[in-house]
Amino acid sequence: MRFAEAWRVAIDALRANRLRSTLTMLGVIIGVAAVVVLVAIGTGTKQQIERQVEGLGSNLLIVLPGQVSLGSAPSVSRMDLSDVDAVSKIVGDRNRVAVTVASGETVAAGNVDTFATINGVIETTPQVFVRSLTRGTYLSRSDVDTQRRVAVLGYRVARELFGERDAVGQQITIAGVRFRVIGVFAQLGQSLGVDRDNEVHIPITTAQRLLGTNRVDGIAIKAPNREEIDDLSARILAELGRRHPGTEFSAVTQEQILGVLGDILGVLTGVLAAIAGISLLVGGVGVSNIMLVSVRERTKEIGLRKAVGARPRDIGVQFLLEAVLLTTLGGFIGMGLGIGAALVVAALSPVPAAITWWSLALAFGVSAAVGIIFGVVPAQRAGRLDPVVALRTE
Amino acid sequence: MTAALVAQDVTREYALDGVTVPALRGVTFTVDAGDYVAIIGPSGSGKSTLMHLLGGLDRPTAGSLRIGGRDVAGLDPQALAKLRNETIGFVFQSFHLLARTTAVDNVALPLVYRGMRAGERRRRAVAMLERVGLGHRLDHRPNQLSGGEQQRVAIARALVTDPQVLLADEPTGNLDTHNGQAVLGLLETLNREQGVALVVVTHDHEVADRAHRKIVMRDGVIVSSA
Repeated sequence: MRFAEAWRVAIDALRANRLRSTLTMLGVIIGVAAVVVLVAIGTGTKQQIERQVEGLGSNLLIVLPGQVSLGSAPSVSRMDLSDVDAVSKIVGDRNRVAVTVASGETVAAGNVDTFATINGVIETTPQVFVRSLTRGTYLSRSDVDTQRRVAVLGYRVARELFGERDAVGQQITIAGVRFRVIGVFAQLGQSLGVDRDNEVHIPITTAQRLLGTNRVDGIAIKAPNREEIDDLSARILAELGRRHPGTEFSAVTQEQILGVLGDILGVLTGVLAAIAGISLLVGGVGVSNIMLVSVRERTKEIGLRKAVGARPRDIGVQFLLEAVLLTTLGGFIGMGLGIGAALVVAALSPVPAAITWWSLALAFGVSAAVGIIFGVVPAQRAGRLDPVVALRTE
Repeated sequence: MTAALVAQDVTREYALDGVTVPALRGVTFTVDAGDYVAIIGPSGSGKSTLMHLLGGLDRPTAGSLRIGGRDVAGLDPQALAKLRNETIGFVFQSFHLLARTTAVDNVALPLVYRGMRAGERRRRAVAMLERVGLGHRLDHRPNQLSGGEQQRVAIARALVTDPQVLLADEPTGNLDTHNGQAVLGLLETLNREQGVALVVVTHDHEVADRAHRKIVMRDGVIVSSA
């Protein structure tokens, strides 16, 4: 039998039982749609996190006290500004080194107040991290050296305190101490769950006096290029170890952060896709079941086809095509629904979703494979039917 | 001319719940090319089993059976299917037409399994339907045709492959007298004009009496052959 003929017969058979074909496809449709949506959400989230980490800047190395691992509480720092000078010497360029001491404080202007993260920093921050201002200027070296009480407000902090008014030149208080606003950051959004628009940058020297400490929480280095990161990391850790015997320091790169987060998300996406895959499997069992019913129902037709010369293979191919047609058609519809659902999720919720070609190809391939796998048994049964018995069936 | 069918001591046994039941016990006869033979006997006489064997739908347990000059003993299901397609035409009591399928597509069905192109299939099917007097019913479906018309479609389907043997199993069993006579007449005309050997299996003596030869069966053996 010609292949085109077999297709025509399969399509006719499915159309003859429209409702049943549709219900059978539903299992596959739901399974494929679920796989597409969940993989899209997983991929979208991963891409979003990658963008956020890369949005910090490039070739960053962050030095923190203690052993850093995900989920562990941050250690109390023993680093101070002299360590920053030592690191700057190793790097050879003070402009490539940023530093922070951070604390949550109440920030007020007039009778309005808000809670913000106060970052004590030096003037190099915009050269190390990606940060731009919408208004005013950033801190200067002399602001740091002379402990000036000046502040650069995050976008959200500025809006909370001053609304549409220009914040630059206004007076604010941080933990009750008066500061003058000299700049406002451009909007940045969230980064790894931290609202980066809720920060206030003040000179680190001023911050240390405000907080009654001389510690430094972390040092960030922007390496000139990717190749030097490892070397720099080793030299900086050795120097800090020499300066603070018996204290551990860690250096993390963006790649390491991405690696850890990517692994977690990969596992999560995999688990979700596997759960969705189970529903696809259940859909496949449904296809198998209906095909067996179909073979039984059409036993007489099979007998007649055999009597006029259909080989077992012709009959088998006919039923297999029917199963594959059911699942691939279901796969196509499921893909359409999945893409639609992913777009709706991405548009209406903060959950990002990214459709990837490989997930569509996978979903389609799997649904076709499900058709073949679950169609084989009914098809073989049909092919092997004894024509004498089949013709006698009423 | 070679014989269309040669049965030599054909035996067919069935295994039912571990017990061997003989349906045919050593049947020997020949159907020559263009012959017109009736096989008659009461139900349970083995005539249906014999018809399945003669049609290549089944193989004998013992003995030799040649269909169109080929011994069926060595044939696998694929080869048997090809043999049926090329050598045998079936006409069944209950017509066995595909529902939802037009007369012309029903007739063309055996040609589908020859891998013939759609255009050629249709041409031959139309010619055959015209031959059985249904040139005006080409695109009717079985439920739009009378019983007599349905059986004529089935006859056209049996002959479209130009077989050597036409096997008719109670061809008039589901028809009234008038339609039954017409169908039988048509079969006889085709036998006469196309030279196809006609084997009619029946329990109706009136039908059997019209054949050139009558093979009477009882309890799995031939009791008379004349």
